[in-house]
Amino acid sequence: MYIPHTPSERDEMLRVVGKSSLEDLFSNIPEKFRFPDLDLPEAVTEMEVEEQFSDLANANFACDELVCFLGAGVYDHYVPAAVDMLLRRGDFFTAYTPYQPEISQGTLQGIFEFQSLIANLTGMDVSNASHYDGATAAGEACLSAYHHFRGKRPRIILSGAVHPHYRETIHTYLCGFEDIEIIEAGMAEDPAYPQRLADMVDDQTALILVQYPDFLGRVFNFSELGQVAHEHGALMAVSANPISLGLLTPPSEFGADFVVGEGQPLGIPMNFGGPYLGFFATRDELIRKISGRLVGETVDSQEKRGYVLTLTAREQHIRREKATSNICTNQGLMALAATIYLSLLGKGGLRELAELCYHKSHYAAQQINQIPGYQVDSKHVFFNEFVVNCPNDPLQINEFLLNEGVLGGLPLGEYYPELKTQMLIAVTEKNSRESIDLLCELLKEAAND
Amino acid sequence: MTEPTIYELSSVGRRGFRYPSPDVPESVLPKEFTRKDLPLPELSELDVVRHFTHLSRLNYSIDQGFYPLGSCTMKYNPRINEVTARMPGFMLSHPLQPIETVQGNLAVMFYLQECLKEITGMNGVTLQPAAGAQGEFVGGLIIRAYHKFNQDAKRTKILVPDSAHGTNPATSTMSGFEPINIPSDKRGNIDLEFLKSVCDGTTAGLMLTNPNTLGLFEENVLEVIRIVHDAGGLVYGDGANLNALLGITRPGDLGFDILHINLHKTFSTPHGGGGPGSGPVVVAEKLVSFLPDPVVAIVEEGDDETPPLYGFVKPEHSIGRVKSFHGHFGIFVRALTYILVHGASGLRNIAEYAVLNANYMMELLKKTYTLPYDRSCMHEFVLEGIWHDVPGVHALDIAKRLMDYGFHPPTNYFPLIVKEALMIEPTETETKQTMDQFVEAMLSIAKEARENPELLHQAPHNTPIGRLDEVKAARDLVLCCWRPDDI
Repeated sequence: MYIPHTPSERDEMLRVVGKSSLEDLFSNIPEKFRFPDLDLPEAVTEMEVEEQFSDLANANFACDELVCFLGAGVYDHYVPAAVDMLLRRGDFFTAYTPYQPEISQGTLQGIFEFQSLIANLTGMDVSNASHYDGATAAGEACLSAYHHFRGKRPRIILSGAVHPHYRETIHTYLCGFEDIEIIEAGMAEDPAYPQRLADMVDDQTALILVQYPDFLGRVFNFSELGQVAHEHGALMAVSANPISLGLLTPPSEFGADFVVGEGQPLGIPMNFGGPYLGFFATRDELIRKISGRLVGETVDSQEKRGYVLTLTAREQHIRREKATSNICTNQGLMALAATIYLSLLGKGGLRELAELCYHKSHYAAQQINQIPGYQVDSKHVFFNEFVVNCPNDPLQINEFLLNEGVLGGLPLGEYYPELKTQMLIAVTEKNSRESIDLLCELLKEAAND
Repeated sequence: MTEPTIYELSSVGRRGFRYPSPDVPESVLPKEFTRKDLPLPELSELDVVRHFTHLSRLNYSIDQGFYPLGSCTMKYNPRINEVTARMPGFMLSHPLQPIETVQGNLAVMFYLQECLKEITGMNGVTLQPAAGAQGEFVGGLIIRAYHKFNQDAKRTKILVPDSAHGTNPATSTMSGFEPINIPSDKRGNIDLEFLKSVCDGTTAGLMLTNPNTLGLFEENVLEVIRIVHDAGGLVYGDGANLNALLGITRPGDLGFDILHINLHKTFSTPHGGGGPGSGPVVVAEKLVSFLPDPVVAIVEEGDDETPPLYGFVKPEHSIGRVKSFHGHFGIFVRALTYILVHGASGLRNIAEYAVLNANYMMELLKKTYTLPYDRSCMHEFVLEGIWHDVPGVHALDIAKRLMDYGFHPPTNYFPLIVKEALMIEPTETETKQTMDQFVEAMLSIAKEARENPELLHQAPHNTPIGRLDEVKAARDLVLCCWRPDDI
């Protein structure tokens, strides 16, 4: 399909290599297993394939048709037109990892700016070039902490209010280290949260990981927790929603050693789960202990400023079996999307966006709380997401909403059995007052249904 | 010209994007949680568009020219893939939507799973791994889970040939194994005697890259697999080089137990300047129940009138999740688009022409550059980037000089078993004319190396920037262009 050879070119090339046919090139392959008949559909043309995929895409009910109140780590934010227009430049998306800095300065400077924006957004000193997603960034934080203490502190404490997928990923990431003990603590409805976590830190603890805002939308001050962790010589990692940091106190002020998170809200479409972007920021002192690519500033022989991959001695291709992680690339194009997005929004835009999410979600929470049968958990500060206790099964309520073109919040029972009547509702700048009022109307009807 | 950073381009009070005013009453955030300062730059939309346009022009890319970076399969990235992946029904769907609302997405994943199983001759597949390295990690964890399930706890060693990918040893360690290095013989195959001598009850598995990083098909592959299986180990295939095998042979038929696939290499999804990739893992029947959670399956059979209902299923002895949600869905759409426009015979053509191109270039270059393993290659080949008569000129100099000729250099200094390696992978999408021009440049560089080596040492001369001081970068360590306390 994309092979340019004419028959005469093919024949000439075969002559040069001394073969009489294309088949002849494969005489090394065991004959019995050579040239299998693949049971695949007949090839189609570009026109036909576009139609096939159009049909598949149309078989979905996506958020071009639905009003979305579903979040849980992935948010329906507006992506400014310029983001994707720039990503479509072939010189960005058809390049590879910048192994040759002289002809990769675009990618390298882009990553350097990404690192700068993430460091400033999280309030940390430095950021790496990115990870696969929020879950793997959290997994790498655990690995970094474990290796930082050379395996001498085997305990990792996970807040039960960290995204369930992140916790599962961390368990998988660490299962190769038999001595590591992962403790999950401070479950959803614990009134002593997050103090409960502080009580568990001891001198065997390498890391304590919390989420900000947490999976249930709540915003806690982790200053004391950070202090207790440090008193015991342990590290604290905070997984944060980057949009919330446009408004909320950055985790650096709570004494976070690692700030990680899911970068999807920064100009990346929801895309049914990926590709997304993991970010990872830390303090200067820990930079040599973390995994992932780093881009640093330097000069060429004419003293011209330029950028290179640096501290590569930590990486798998040099250290081989001694490397602490096998990660090769970063999430290049997604990091570029976030860089463009943050550059466009800037200081004023990100603050405005975060405030919009805050005001709209609070309006939604107040309205829903007034509907008979529904209670919003209002004990805690929240940002763009909150838990609603429903008068009947949230799955049924969602079915009712869906029939009216509304994608309801996440039923929490699947992740927290004790919360089976609760639903997690997210609100973004894309939800107008009208759509919030519609949601309330429908919730009221669903209660009586 | 040096492009300023976004922080240098910033002007106080400038805006690049505006939001509607709040249409709801404002709420107050407690002071304790309110951020005092937000140190982000301030630019106009045009500032941003120009800046990133300038940056893009400092990059070399497949769209600009030949990119024979060995082991990376830098083939053309078809534009229709970008169109299908951006269809709103796909792009605007949330990963936690009820399955009834995302049957189109699940159908894409299901078809892709079926195609990958058929192409590789395997029985089960996970699409979840985010990249090749993560696919390898999943492979390592499956090996671990399998032996653990069989209460075979003494299997602690993974055998890694010296011609394997650089990630393999790190992956073994991360999965809790001890990597054991296996040497290659004179033909670039695995040293069978050595392999036999280390295979025993402690062998968890072998990580075999085939074709290996020399671009050579392992001639004793059936014997290698038999030896490892006889010892009770599993054979993991690094599928980074699958482009050479499409429709030619199926790793499952050869006896591999696990294989990861790089959709961003073999199936043409863009490399994106270093990600996002996608690294599905296919496995043989006995390992299907260990796959990561979740996989897509038919949960309700359809009939003539209603299509089947697709849903997510957790394999019985699953190793668990390796990331959030279900994998890089946007990449799945691109890869499936690519598979469907090729069909079975089109896929076989890909491998045929990738291998023809590599052999053609190898033939033209081997008289001037030493070819340490002189036999038919698959999709890539490795030359030595050094000559006895000009010992001062290195592979790095050749690589840098190639940029002056308008080409991306081959992979250099890898694999480690070739002195000053230059690893060349043309891919099937390049014309004879392009390859002839590259060969001409390589021959002329070989001449320059003897006549004017300084020209090579100082190269590149025609790039936006010269050779960069990497020692200074690591010593002075500037990783962030602006900090609040800089002002």
